[in-house]
Amino acid sequence: MEIWGWVFIGILFLADFVVKIEPFKLGRSQPTERISGSAGDVLEDNPVGRLKVFVYELPSKYSKKILQKDPRCLNHMFAAEIYMHRFLLSSPVRTLNPEEADWFYTPVYTTCDLTPNGLPLPFKSPRMMRSAIQLISSNWPYWNRTEGADHFFLVPHDFGACFHYQEEKAIERGILPLLQRATLVQTFGQRNHVCLKEGSITIPPYAPPQKMQTHLIPDKTPRSIFVYFRGLFYDVGNDPEGGYYARGARAAVWENFKDNPLFDISTEHPTTYYEDMQRAVFCLCPLGWAPWSPRLVEAVIFGCIPVIIADDIVLPFADAIPWEEIGVFVDEKDVPNLDTILTSIPPEVILRKQRLLANPSMKQAMLFPQPAQPGDAFHQVLNGLARKLPHDKSVYFKPGERVLNWTAGPVGDLKPW
Amino acid sequence: MELLNRRRPFFWLVLHGLSCLISLLLGFRFSRLVFLLLSTSSTYTSPFHSPTELAKTLDIRSVIPADPVGNVPLPFPNKTATNSRVVVGRHGIRIRPWPHPNPVEVMKAHRIIERVQTEQRLQFGVKDPRKIIVVTPTYVRTFQSLHLTGVMHSLMLVPYDLVWIVVEAGGVSNETASLIAKSGLRTIHVGFNQRMPNSWDGRHKLETKMRLRGLRIVREKKLDGIVIFADDSNMHSMELFDEIQNVKWFGAVSVGILASSANIDETVVEKRGEEENPRMPVQGPACNVSNMLAGWHTFNTLPFAGKTAVYIDDRATVLPRKLEWSGFILNSSLLWKDGDKPEWMKDIDTLDGDIESPLDLVKDPSVVEPLGSCGRRVLLWWLRVEARADSKFPPRWIIDPPLEITVPSKRTPWPDTPPELPSHEKPVIRIQEPIIKHTTKTRTSRSKRRSKRKHDETRTDRGTTGFDKTLQN
Repeated sequence: MEIWGWVFIGILFLADFVVKIEPFKLGRSQPTERISGSAGDVLEDNPVGRLKVFVYELPSKYSKKILQKDPRCLNHMFAAEIYMHRFLLSSPVRTLNPEEADWFYTPVYTTCDLTPNGLPLPFKSPRMMRSAIQLISSNWPYWNRTEGADHFFLVPHDFGACFHYQEEKAIERGILPLLQRATLVQTFGQRNHVCLKEGSITIPPYAPPQKMQTHLIPDKTPRSIFVYFRGLFYDVGNDPEGGYYARGARAAVWENFKDNPLFDISTEHPTTYYEDMQRAVFCLCPLGWAPWSPRLVEAVIFGCIPVIIADDIVLPFADAIPWEEIGVFVDEKDVPNLDTILTSIPPEVILRKQRLLANPSMKQAMLFPQPAQPGDAFHQVLNGLARKLPHDKSVYFKPGERVLNWTAGPVGDLKPW
Repeated sequence: MELLNRRRPFFWLVLHGLSCLISLLLGFRFSRLVFLLLSTSSTYTSPFHSPTELAKTLDIRSVIPADPVGNVPLPFPNKTATNSRVVVGRHGIRIRPWPHPNPVEVMKAHRIIERVQTEQRLQFGVKDPRKIIVVTPTYVRTFQSLHLTGVMHSLMLVPYDLVWIVVEAGGVSNETASLIAKSGLRTIHVGFNQRMPNSWDGRHKLETKMRLRGLRIVREKKLDGIVIFADDSNMHSMELFDEIQNVKWFGAVSVGILASSANIDETVVEKRGEEENPRMPVQGPACNVSNMLAGWHTFNTLPFAGKTAVYIDDRATVLPRKLEWSGFILNSSLLWKDGDKPEWMKDIDTLDGDIESPLDLVKDPSVVEPLGSCGRRVLLWWLRVEARADSKFPPRWIIDPPLEITVPSKRTPWPDTPPELPSHEKPVIRIQEPIIKHTTKTRTSRSKRRSKRKHDETRTDRGTTGFDKTLQN
């Protein structure tokens, strides 16, 4: 069995030399080419003119009222759903005529029910989503036409549309049955996982662009830290023994490298966090309770090579950004050898990664600036949606045809919101 | 445990309770360990992490997925119901057998960091850096080693091409030559035929002449680059060398003046308190709001009037000149005979007399470019510290091997030989004492002989020339 695996990998390598293949095809129709040295020309595509999006006007209890109750939703890492809504309302791709729309967007802020600490509670989110879908299916004919296949939703929470923060519970729930045919735009991405369905678009978590801008230091400040990380290694509140949180990977990093002078890792919250990232060559981005984190965005913005320790993770815009050329991927089982892995990367490769990171279109694609700028994450989402067009004829149902089961899922979800 | 709960619940309840108690003792979940031991056939081991000391000795890997619902797994990591390579649940914390830094890797990492920083400098640093020509006047004295080593090390760190012109008062000496040879820099060592006077005033004048001699060398050899004056007792920051690359023709930077007072004079301190505006110990260009040169900051010498040092070894404050040469930067093409240079630059061959300040090199002082964010950044410091005029030091700071002949020393701690010290020899012996303390009796005899100025034939020729210089003022 092993030898076939190696043969397969060998064939892939050869194929890679002959044809530059992308790491993760998501069912696009057009091939993209990339000039070596710059990160994906696809990032600079302009979606205007390539698609039309119709925004449903839902009652304000789905969006405005929620935001009014807790304005903290605008600053946390799930804020992409709010900013995407605002962007679409004033974007040139928006159309007021639903007959000519390619995609339909339902603005519902499912990640805005926050605890006093600021963490979102997902318990009401399935009901909220279900209620929104019931509304659009009864007031407009477009949902029933395709049962949501030309609709897209933003679900930036921990495990996307599984609507739970605990992985086992999320797997158990699975994706909300009503969203089975819709396109999901989410931050969570892990291969062969229940909560990532085929055709989803992975986006980066929200990171405040102005705040990062104010902490920039001069480019010529020499990078003197080899590896940098700030964050928890053990989540003593929820997993005191260790081994559960981050699948033990973060704890392994700590235990193996806590006395290594090359690794500047600790659990402190320094005020110079952003500045320190700009003085580091590598920034660790290990998984936590979920595989994604805003550290990836911060590392890209500050030019620090991200070291991604999360098995099978799907990174944002993976079909447009050549992540394996930009970051370093380390398997969780190889964490004890992290220092060997990082020091054995040839310097030319490191310099090339830094050049790719320095590409402004790369940095722009990770951000959600207000107001929107060309090439930013909003546009990348639209590019992703445009690449999925035209819709296959089979998604359109004849009248009376039904696929979705409106009563599927846990009983608690069926309660009205 | 949970899977087997169906059969004989009482037995399993007791067992569960027992393992709970043991877990309390050990500090980790004992039941999982037992389950693992019973069921898994894991082939590779890595140490299992636990907070207690006891568990650290265990060498078992536990990959038991949590099983709340029953649809997930078996303890084997590669066979799961969800068809994913990644298993949800508790994993072992992998620690390698010796979790400490590997020196080979640390070295490799440092080389990577160096390469990254070189690339950064190439990209964001100065484009097309010009050669730096450093002119340093010096002379042999006790503190020369201290000062010149400092300058030398600063120059060795400069990442640009460098030429070091060392002009030495009293002619070229082996002392200085051996010192600057250690730098590995390209040096031009010339002698100047006058001896360095003992007064600060005379010293400043001679230094000016020596600097002009250095500039003449630049002209003769047609050296191309940026000329700076690095006095041997100054301290330079590395940013200075980056900043001077921005000069076009004639620039000036701010110099921090560290006027040392050997005696803390109370009256001086009081006076300082009474002043309204505190004096900034900075000399350099002053700019107006639009970042144009508006004037000059000079060091205020009034509070020190009458209390300044006149001779090099006076224990009083040493003051700088109005404008120190070390704060000025020239483009070397200003010094060439031919070639295009602005007409405001005077020809250095025509200035042989005393020039008071570097601004006398130009006809119009307003052409000077202020560097270092318009003089706001102090990039080097001026300090003058010298030893007493008659101080001696071993030549090249090497203590010669002891001589064969033993002569009783007159300055030993033994009570039967009372110390006889002729008064004129006192300063010499005081300086030599530190050497005496660390050496044997024979060495003291040697120093005694030295103080008697007996030039022995066994001495090497480099022996006493250094002393003579300092003694003959």
